[in-house]
Amino acid sequence: MSAIAVERPRDRAAASVRRGVGRGLLFLVVLAALYGLWEGYRWLWEREGWTWPFIVDDTTMPHLHDIVAALWAHARPGGVGPRLISILVDGALFTAKEAAVGFGLGALVGFALGVVLAHFRLLQRGLLPWVVASQTVPILVVAPMVVVWANPKLPDNLKDWGAVALIAAYLTFFPVTVNTIRGLQSVDRRALELMHSYAAGDWRILWKLRVPAALPYIFAALKISATASVVGALIGELPSSIPDGLGAQIINFSQYYTTQPRGLWATNLIAAALGISFFLIVLVAEKLIVRRAPENLA
Amino acid sequence: MSVVEIGGVTKRFGQTTALQGINLEIAEREFVSLIGPSGCGKSTLLRIVGDLIQPTDGEVVVNGKSARRARVDRDYGIVFQDPVLYDWRTVAKNVSLPLEMAKWPRQKRAARVREMLELVELTGFGDHRPWQLSGGMQQRVSIARALSFDPALLLMDEPFGALDEMTRERMNMELLRIWEASGSTIVFVTHSISEAVFLSTRVAVMSPRPGRISETIPIDLPQPRTAGTREEPRFFELVTQVREALHLGHDVDRTTPAPQEASA
Repeated sequence: MSAIAVERPRDRAAASVRRGVGRGLLFLVVLAALYGLWEGYRWLWEREGWTWPFIVDDTTMPHLHDIVAALWAHARPGGVGPRLISILVDGALFTAKEAAVGFGLGALVGFALGVVLAHFRLLQRGLLPWVVASQTVPILVVAPMVVVWANPKLPDNLKDWGAVALIAAYLTFFPVTVNTIRGLQSVDRRALELMHSYAAGDWRILWKLRVPAALPYIFAALKISATASVVGALIGELPSSIPDGLGAQIINFSQYYTTQPRGLWATNLIAAALGISFFLIVLVAEKLIVRRAPENLA
Repeated sequence: MSVVEIGGVTKRFGQTTALQGINLEIAEREFVSLIGPSGCGKSTLLRIVGDLIQPTDGEVVVNGKSARRARVDRDYGIVFQDPVLYDWRTVAKNVSLPLEMAKWPRQKRAARVREMLELVELTGFGDHRPWQLSGGMQQRVSIARALSFDPALLLMDEPFGALDEMTRERMNMELLRIWEASGSTIVFVTHSISEAVFLSTRVAVMSPRPGRISETIPIDLPQPRTAGTREEPRFFELVTQVREALHLGHDVDRTTPAPQEASA
């Protein structure tokens, strides 16, 4: 019987190294292009004196290299105190803790809710509209309430940041629920018949068939949720007036924007890096966990 | 002793009568093909035998018990037109899936999977992913999976329908070898007259609207069948006989327009 060509492991390793290098180069090219766009826009608008849609100067659009340089400057005037980057990274790590716990909680609740709603059609029809409604309420409205309700109940080691994690979870669970339902119901009819022919019960069908089949859908949602949980944590920090997170830095630097615009931009940069890290972690987890035929990957 | 007894089975989907008064008895070690045009209910009949759908009327007895009991006891293996392999599992893990469901211990499972892969001549492919194999190889994996727990009965729903003619003929030979080696009883759904005649000990010819068995034809070709079997005069006589039976069944309602088939 003729075997079809199967890649040997070494070829595969070499190919993945080549792909990695290619992606790295692509990233650098895009970075350079973005830098060029930003600086080119600045240069053109300043030279022509254009005022639409806004006047371009060092306050509205600082030089990108100035923003990066600001990260290494000492935060307080006169060149004292810690460097800005270490303050921001500390804040980012604190926010990351809230976001990660919120993400984990939201993903679990989202998955569990998805499983329940997928199995009980009536419940799905009854509850799903309310789940959707929960996401149309602006998070800025919900956040202070969650802080006020949850904080008194939280033990000391969870105070404040635990409430923020709940807000992050609130933004996380929804995509996971929707995609879990969709994924669990995506199962091929004959794959189900096969399980029935083995006299498999609902529980085993769930874990041996439905969940593995749903994983690409679930990971597609987790990628959205990963970044949403960071946004949720940042917004959650605002009404809870936690001084340790990136949210406090955002408030702080937005108050000083007219005099120190680079501080807010630098904070933006770190917040974006945090969101991207969350996304990448989920991406790597997906690569390790989801083993599907190429055509079945979401 | 009969492995399958189908008594007066009728199946209606809403207004459509898919099957009408089916009677069929299948003895141990028989290879029975159900052949008929699309929409004659042959796949439906197979699923009723497997208790995957319930008849509107009538009774199915498998191994002396109800079809439901037989399913719960895992008395049959099933093979579909598509391999329906789980692509998140390796080939070996796919074959061992029914054994996991039957709670076999790990050691016993591994030994059995090796044995089954050898039977379908896929030794060494256990660690591959299903999508790395050709269509014919995938279908052999699904046959290995269906046979892994040594079911008394094998239900096959056009298992080679998606394969090219060459692969199909080779798979036919393989199936006969496996049938010989495993000692199971096979119910086989097909569109192909020559395939049905070549493989079977008996062919049940079905006709549509409503689906019924219009004739059963014993195939008295000598066993074991070989590549030469397809060239024997008796083979052609039987092929002709099945073809005429099919057309006869068709002539009855040649004047009525064909409605959309309920189930292929």
